[in-house]
Order: sequence, then C-alpha cells, then structure tokens
Amino acid sequence: MASEILSAEGLRCDGRRPQEMRKLKCELGISEGADGSALVEQGYTKVLVSVFGPHECANRNTRNHERAIISCSYNLASFGSAIRKKKMNSDKKSTEVGVMIQNTFEAAVMLEKFPKSQIDIYVQVLQGDGGERCVAINATTLALINAGIPMKDYVCACAATVYQDSVLLDINNLEESSRGPLFMLAVMPRTESIVQLQLDHRLHNDHLDKVVKETIQGCRDIQVLLDRQVKEWTVEAAAAYDIKPRV
Amino acid sequence: MLKAKTFVKKTKQGNIIKVVREHYLRDDLSCGSLLCKGCPNLMPAKLAQQQKAESSLVPASHYLVIDTNVALHQIDFLEDPNITDVIVLQTVLQEVRHLNDSLYKRIRTIVEDGKKRFYVMCNEHHRSTYIDREPNESSNDRNDRAIRVATAWYEGHLKNLGVGVVLLTNDRDNRDKAIKAGLKAYQVVEYVKSLKGCANLVDHLSHEGGAKDTTGAAGDRKMMYEEHVSLYQVKQGIKSNRYYQGKFEASRENYLEGYVSCHAFDKQVIIRGLKHLNRAVHEDVVAVEIFPKSQWVGSSSTVQLDDSVAAEDEDLNQMPATAESAYIRPTGRVVGIIKRNWRNYCGVLLPTSNTDNVRHIFVPSEKRIPRIRIETRQAATLMSHRIVVSIDCWPRSSRYPLGHFVRDIGPLGDRETEEEVLLLEHDIPHLPFSQSVLDCLPKLPWSIADYEFVLREDLRHLCVCSVDPPGCTDIDDALHFRKLGNGNAEVGVHIADLSYFVRPGSALDLEAQKRGTSVYLCDKRIDMVPDVLSSNLCSLRSNEDRLAFSAIFEMTPDGQIVNRKFCKTVIRSVASLTYAEAQILIDDTNRVDPLSEGLRGLNELAKKLKQQRIEAGALTLASPEVRFHIDSETHDPIGIETKELKETNSMIEEFMLLANCEVARYIEKAFPQCAVLRRHPSPPLSNFDLLVNAAAVKGVKVSCSSNRELAYSLEHADVPGDPFFNILLRIVSTRCMMQAVYFCSGMLPEEEYFHYGLAVPCYTHFTSPIRRYPDLLVHRLLAASVGYDKTYTELLDRNKVHEWCENLNYRHHQAQLVQRSSIALHTQLYFKEKCLDEDAYILFVRRNAIVVLVRRYGLESTIFLKSDKQSNVEFNYEEEKCKLTIGKVTLQMFDRVIVQISVEDCSIQHRKLRMKLVNPIIPGVSVEPIYVTLGKDDHLPKPDSLKPS
Repeated sequence: MASEILSAEGLRCDGRRPQEMRKLKCELGISEGADGSALVEQGYTKVLVSVFGPHECANRNTRNHERAIISCSYNLASFGSAIRKKKMNSDKKSTEVGVMIQNTFEAAVMLEKFPKSQIDIYVQVLQGDGGERCVAINATTLALINAGIPMKDYVCACAATVYQDSVLLDINNLEESSRGPLFMLAVMPRTESIVQLQLDHRLHNDHLDKVVKETIQGCRDIQVLLDRQVKEWTVEAAAAYDIKPRV
Repeated sequence: MLKAKTFVKKTKQGNIIKVVREHYLRDDLSCGSLLCKGCPNLMPAKLAQQQKAESSLVPASHYLVIDTNVALHQIDFLEDPNITDVIVLQTVLQEVRHLNDSLYKRIRTIVEDGKKRFYVMCNEHHRSTYIDREPNESSNDRNDRAIRVATAWYEGHLKNLGVGVVLLTNDRDNRDKAIKAGLKAYQVVEYVKSLKGCANLVDHLSHEGGAKDTTGAAGDRKMMYEEHVSLYQVKQGIKSNRYYQGKFEASRENYLEGYVSCHAFDKQVIIRGLKHLNRAVHEDVVAVEIFPKSQWVGSSSTVQLDDSVAAEDEDLNQMPATAESAYIRPTGRVVGIIKRNWRNYCGVLLPTSNTDNVRHIFVPSEKRIPRIRIETRQAATLMSHRIVVSIDCWPRSSRYPLGHFVRDIGPLGDRETEEEVLLLEHDIPHLPFSQSVLDCLPKLPWSIADYEFVLREDLRHLCVCSVDPPGCTDIDDALHFRKLGNGNAEVGVHIADLSYFVRPGSALDLEAQKRGTSVYLCDKRIDMVPDVLSSNLCSLRSNEDRLAFSAIFEMTPDGQIVNRKFCKTVIRSVASLTYAEAQILIDDTNRVDPLSEGLRGLNELAKKLKQQRIEAGALTLASPEVRFHIDSETHDPIGIETKELKETNSMIEEFMLLANCEVARYIEKAFPQCAVLRRHPSPPLSNFDLLVNAAAVKGVKVSCSSNRELAYSLEHADVPGDPFFNILLRIVSTRCMMQAVYFCSGMLPEEEYFHYGLAVPCYTHFTSPIRRYPDLLVHRLLAASVGYDKTYTELLDRNKVHEWCENLNYRHHQAQLVQRSSIALHTQLYFKEKCLDEDAYILFVRRNAIVVLVRRYGLESTIFLKSDKQSNVEFNYEEEKCKLTIGKVTLQMFDRVIVQISVEDCSIQHRKLRMKLVNPIIPGVSVEPIYVTLGKDDHLPKPDSLKPS
C-alpha cells in the first residue's frame, strides 16, 4: 500500500513530522585494524567507514609536495538493499559518490599538515534506506576524528526533498523515490559554510532558500549528536589510559 | 518509540521481496476533542461537546467512530449535515485510500468542512493505540482490532470528560468483539433509526449488508445470475487468454445487449441476454469469456426497452440475432467484474399505485443504466420528481441492482430541473462559487493600482475596439490597427489579463482549474471564474481602463510579420461592437474616422492572412450551429435560427489564430518541456472512405491524402444547382476528423505537435482566458518568458502539466456534449405541440435509417425507416455507394428530402424530437405531409418542387 508522502495531518509515511530526523546512532573506533573508524546508523541506513593514514603516498605520480591527498572508495553491500544486487567491480554511481566524498573532505581536512602523504577512506554501506551519501559523510567525519586527523570543523550532511511546499528532512528510501527534487547539503556548521551541494531532479527557484535554510538546520542538529558521541568516546578512551581529558 | 514494519511484497516481475520500514510511534498526537485539556495542541481540535442530532439509543453525549466498511459504503450518510463529531481513524482512511481513491477524496472534503467536525486521528502512529499484527492474523482482522483498540483508548481517555464513543460497524463479528470488550457498538441502521428528527436519513443508507445476507441464505432464493469469478482467477484467466479484459458498454437501444472492447479483437465483443451480461453496468471494466466461433452472432439491431418488471427469463429467442456472416462478431459472456465505475445517476421513480410502499424501482435517465431498486419512505413526494440515486451492490438473487436515494433535484419536466439533470449527467461542476473562492476576488469599486502603470505599457491612447456576438458580456479580446511610417502596419491583439487576478494555487485558481471551461447552455452560462471577473473586471468593455496581455505585430501590407512583441498593457477600448455593427462600419466607405479606418485595415490584412493559411493547407470546415431566441421572462425558447457568419467573424478569427500561433511558437521555445499546446492529429485515411464514396456517387472527386489536397478538393466540390452541397460535404468531412486536444509539449515528439485543421506546426489557445483554463496557463507561461511574472513549481513539472491537460480535454469534451444536449432540450421545448414539414438533407445512410440535417434550424436527427406490416416493401442497402433502396425509391447521401418534425413522448422522462420522412413518398414508410404549420413566420414547404430521385 503506497502511503502518502505527507498526510493532511502533517505526518510523513513513517510517522515523522516534516523536519524531524530519523533516529541516529553512532559508534567510534569499532574496526580494529583501521587507524580510525565509525559506524553511523540513521534509521535503517547503516554505514561503516574506515580510515587509514596519513601514510606515505604509495604512488609517486599522485604525490603532492605541498599537502596530503585523499582517496575514497565507496561501496554498497550487495545485501544492503531490498533486492540483492550482483557485485560489480566498477560501478559508476559508487565511483561518483566516492569522488564526491573525497572532494568534500579535501575542503575540511587540514591537508597541508601532511605533505607527500595520503589518507584512505573506505566507505561501506551495510544497509541502505535512503540518504546513503549523507550518512557516509557523517560517518567519515567521525572516522577521521577517530583517526586523529585534524579538520577545520565537523562536516555534517543532510538530505531533503520538497513536497507540496513543505521541506522534508532526512528522507528515507520511500520518499527518495517519490519523484520530487532530491537535495543534499554538506555543511561545516560552525562557520555555516557549504562544502557540498547536490540536487537531482528539478527544484523550483522559489523553494531554494527555504530548502537550504532547513537543511542547514538539519546539519546542525546532526552535529550536536555527533559532537556528543565524540566527547563520550574521548572520555572513555582517556579513562582507558587513566587521563582526565579537558572537555 | 521506533517500531519496524515488516512485510513481504511481490514485485511486478514476480520476485518476492521483504520490505522493512521504519514506523515511529508518537506521544504528541491529540485526541481532537475540544473538551480535552491534556492533549498536546499541535493539530486544531474539532470535536465538540454534543452531536447535532440526538439519538435515543445513546442519550449521552458521544462521538462516533466508523469502521472501513461504513466509510466505503455509507458516504451519503456521512455527508449528511446531521452527522457530526466523527472520529476517522488513520487505519480506516488508509484502507479507503487504497481501495477507492474517489471516496477517499470525498471523505477528505468532509474532514475539511469545519461544520461537520470530522477529526482524523493518526492511531497508527499513536503510542497508545498502535498494535502489532499477530501471527496468523489476517490484515483485515488486524485493522479491525486496531479500530477497536483505538475506540477503547478514546473511551478511557474521554471518560472523565463525560463524553462517550460509539463504534458504528456493520460487521457482526467486529461488533460482537467490541461489545465483549465493553464498548458501545451499533449497526449504522440501528443508530440512524434512533436519531430524532432525521427520519429521511434512512433512505440514504446503502444496502451494504444485503449482498452478504443473500449469499448466506442461498437456498431459499432463486439465483438469477452466475457467481462472479474471483479477481485472482480473472488475472490468471487473462494471462492464459481464457478471459479478456475490456470496458463494458451497454447498448443504447437494447437493454439485453452490451459490448466490450478488448484489445485482442478488432470488433467489439457482443454480450447478449441478462444471464450473460451477468450484472455488468455500463462503463464497468469486466472480464469476458468468448464462446466458440459457432455461437458467434451479430448485433440484433432491434430496439428493446426494459419495460417488464417481473419477466425473469428473457428469452434470447425474442431477439432475432443477425446471422449474416458479414455482421458476425465475437460473442461471449461476462465472468467477472474487474472494476465497477458506478457513479450517481439521475432519473425518476417508476410510478406505482401504492406510494406507501417502501420499495420502489428507479429508472435512470441514461438508458444504458439498468433500473435500480431503492427503498424510500418519501415516495409520495418524490413520485414526479427527478432524483439522484447511487448503486450499492448487485446481489446474485436480484434482477436489478440495489441502491439508495441521494437527493431530490426538482419536479419533472421543469426546465431548470432538466437543465440540472443535464449538468449532473455530464459531470459539469456547476454549484455556486464557495466563500473561499469569492474571498480571492478584488473588492469593488476597483481601479488599476498606480504601480501597474510602471510595470505595464500604457496603450490607452490607441484606438482599440472589440467585436463580439450580440449580448456578449465576457469580452476577452480586442484589436487595434495603425499605419506606421515605413508603410507597414501595427496590429495589436489585446487579451484580458485574467492571470493578474487569478494567482496560482489560490482557491479561485483551483476552482477554475476544476471547471476547466465556461459552459454555454442555451439560456445560461456556467462561468469558469466568478461573474465579477468574467463580465466586469476582466471583460474589455468600452471606455473603461482594463488590464490586458497584448501581442503586437508589425506587418507588411501583404500580411507578413516583421516584428512581434508580447507585453502586459493597460488599454481603453473605444467601442464594443457586434459583428453586424463592425460590418456596417467597414462597408460604409463614407466613414473616415480612425475606428472605421482601423477596421478596414484589419479586414484587408485578415483576407491576406486567410489566403496564406488556405495556401498552406488549412481546412475551412462547417458545423451547423443553432441559436435560440429566448423569451426574457419565461426563459422558454420562442425562435430558432442557424448562426449566420459575416466577414467580420472571419476577420476576428484570423487575428486570434495569428496570435495563438505566434504565442505557441514563443512558449514552445521558452518552455520546450512544459508548454501547454493544442494539437490536431491527422486522421487515418480510412476515416474518409465514406466521404469519398458518397461524393463519387454525386460525381465529385474528393482527395484526402493531405489536408492541403482535402482543402483544395472541398473548395472545388460543387454540384450545379445545389449550393448547399458544398457545406454538406464540409460538415461530413468534419465528422471524419480526429478531436483536437491539449497536451504538454515535453510528452510527445515534436513532429506530433502538428495541427491538421489549421495546417500549422504548433498551436495553442491564448485568446480566451476568461472562458478557457488552458489560455490562463498559456498566459502564465508567456508572462514568465517575457519577464513579467514568475513561474511556480507545478507549472514547470511536465507530469503535472500533462495531468492538467488530460482534465482539460475531458472538461472540454463534456462541455461540448452538454451544449449539444442543451440544444436538444431547447429544440424539444420549442417544437412542443408543433408539427411542421421542413426541407432537409441526408447526411448519412444506415441499414434501416437515414440521418438528416434540417437546413433551416441546423437540426440533425436520425429517421428510422420501418415499413408497416401491410405493405411489405423491400429494403436494399448498399454500403459502398451509401445508398438505401426501399421499394422503388432510392435514398442517397446528400439527397434533399422533406421531413416532418414533431415531439414525441415515448416515456415519462424521455421526450424526444421525432422526425418522419414525407418526401420522397414511399408507400408504407413515409407519412402524409401537413400543410398547416404553426408559428407565423414558418413558410409552407412545397413538396412539388422536389422530385423523388
């Protein structure tokens, strides 16, 4: 039964109000072998990110003498969506998202601190229920923090769509497939600078300001949650070494 | 709180997938009662303290909760103003939406109506009322339980406030369980009967239970029909080509016959006999089973009306089916109904002697709909009234479907009642504009705001005038003409700027969009926008400042456009002329004032433009148009004439076409994906076979391979001594064409934008925004592309625009149909108690009938030719030659005949204009001429001047 995207009572198909986010759960340092890792769940979208580096740039040709380079690979698990997909080696869409994440973090990570080196980001989507790109960016932020790589600010991302003049934040799979505009924004909340903006389908000019404003608010909300998690994790990690951190 | 909603789904490809979705439960949803102070106030509460109507069954104050079946079947009960304070659960609403979208919309309309106090409770997302589906529980049972749980929650929640809840359900099982759980639950009928002062409400109840009861007690009642095959079996059957799906069309003439159009067959499948029709109603989507070829028959071509009330075993032997091999069609029977397309029907009760009786038979005015059995206690008052009835169900044991009374329209035969019936039957929105629509209108007295002069061009100094039919109050176009220094001329086409007043998304806009077009009945106009706009503020009346959207062209003396400009303007028309007045100004060469000079200039240019169009291959078509003289007091028609066309008509038309074409080109370039355009597909050549054959018989060759050739051959098709022949030929060729339709440019390849009749690659409607909604959309698009206005989301969404175009096409078509019916109604009123002989031409020849056109009135009618029993003349029909020979007389297409016109009462509700053949005289077929005619201006036809062919 196809339920309404937004009912007259102001509830979305899963019972949220337009500007409510899905339940967000995150965990840092869960992958033993990586330098930094994070698992972020937003609703039923679940993304695991592992970060390796900074280490010496393996390929001489890509090496940069001024700053570090970032490489990112994005992969959707074959069991991650409703219909099991055959694994493909070079999936165009995944490559594109990989490049997008790479671009995003090149703007946020203080790359000039690590000349001639490389940072590898591996994004694995374990479960996809809409907004995978955004969750991937949020998880990458945490994984980079976990790896101790200095950044200018958190990078938080949030997806949105417009349905009958109202902005729906953090959209799920059902809402993504409703033929409305798909808007995605990655923001550094402290300065409110937009790092990444993507739009699929058509969005009317009249709605643009509203969507940007609401989505930035969504990103800020996410930042608060991520920040809380980072602080908790710091306290735990410090306790393990018997250090009292300044929080 | 988070819950997972898990279910298994089958995709279109047949794969089974498991879907897991999030389901959030909330604690900030309110109960909706105005008394409750504890609930969070995010949604406005609606439910008041008291029901409007008091119930003897539940004397205490209470709210009603309805279950899905009540919502699905008892919509007329819910719409009654006496029924208020109802809680509509989300579970119910979702089920209704899934099962029947139009009902869902009706319930939504009730919810929006503040006076009805219906509240939608989102019980599925409410923390206290959500329930999980238990193992082995069907989804229906789970939903019923959810309804009971929500009712119980309300009972507890409202206990301290002194309000109870009553569950209305017709499902016995559900009711028992609810009562067991300590809830108040009643059947709808029980509850309605207990209401004080609503005795007639019982009539509005539908026979929802009837169907179930009769299937249960199958033994003691005779089953008339075979059981319908289940939907699942139907699907299987269609897949394996055992059944075929199609839309059922009942025959107009024979209630025992119907046709189903299936893709698999070229010809429609014929279904004969009540048993085989198996309860299919006109317009239902059905599954049919085809008989083996040996049992195939043709249409019986006899007329049979359902008059026998008791006759149960209609014998097919009564209807001699044509067995001639040429007319044999696939024959079959209905095995199942895929989708019912029942609506509300207008009609009358079948007169009975005993009006105290509760059960009655209702006869719909649409002949293709079967009679309906209804129960009403108001039979005495409704007996000679037109009423509206809705079908509820059609059990196997009942010969007729069961229905219920919806409303009373008015006394039978009354002109206003009959007009409303026409509007209802054609689905024309005609109710007065609602308050929210009227609130969007500007306040009177109105004047143009000063800033408009900054944005717009002030063209008030120009000599603008409008030319329209007499009595026209919604003037949406005006013209101006002036000579420029370089020898060229400037022509301005000024169109009323409705888009300034009707802003997108407003209540006014939505209403106008729903109506789609103004509907012109013979003595009444149903406006698309309220009168203030249509005949005052937007109407380009003379000597008043008006806002306009102007298309201004610079043209060379031989009609070539060298420059074009679209802009919003302020104009002041100097004269509102009629076609006749304008014609006088043009013809009177003594007049040299700017107005007459301008008209003459326009006329010259128009002739050039017309010449160019015709050279390009545009067709000049004809259709007979009738005009009534209406008595100003009684509103009865007192005169009738065909519309006369003057040179000025064609002048205005040329400039409107020019503006439309230019605007179409412009918006198509500016918005290639979402422009609203109008196309006219070229008809398949086979459509013209009849025309070519008929013309060949008269010795005229018609070539139809392209619109240009057709135009050429129509131009030169003349039969010496019969000037009307050419017009007839044009009328017939119009019938061979396809319908022109609105479409969204992004939905079709560019080659298909073509307009066949006008021979232009791209066309739209721009010039009548007051009476056509597409023009308003075009105005908005054009305004956006020249930078006067902004676009909005829906305007640029091509799926949305496509959806709009579909609706506009439907509305346009319905408006045309109702116009025709209105003319028929008025002709019938005009010819009441008259009987005249008139000159006519044969338009088409059929096997046992001819279609004639009465030239003087532009009336068209079918004359069935039947020989009486004594003189057994032979009928000989030659399809190829369009010829029907009866005895020694031959009737041919385009022949001139004399017919007798009278009005015949064939039944209480169908009064019909009846024509009979007078000349040529065919013994036993034609009737005697009358030489006495009524009405002072009617001339006497002279039958001697005609020779039988």
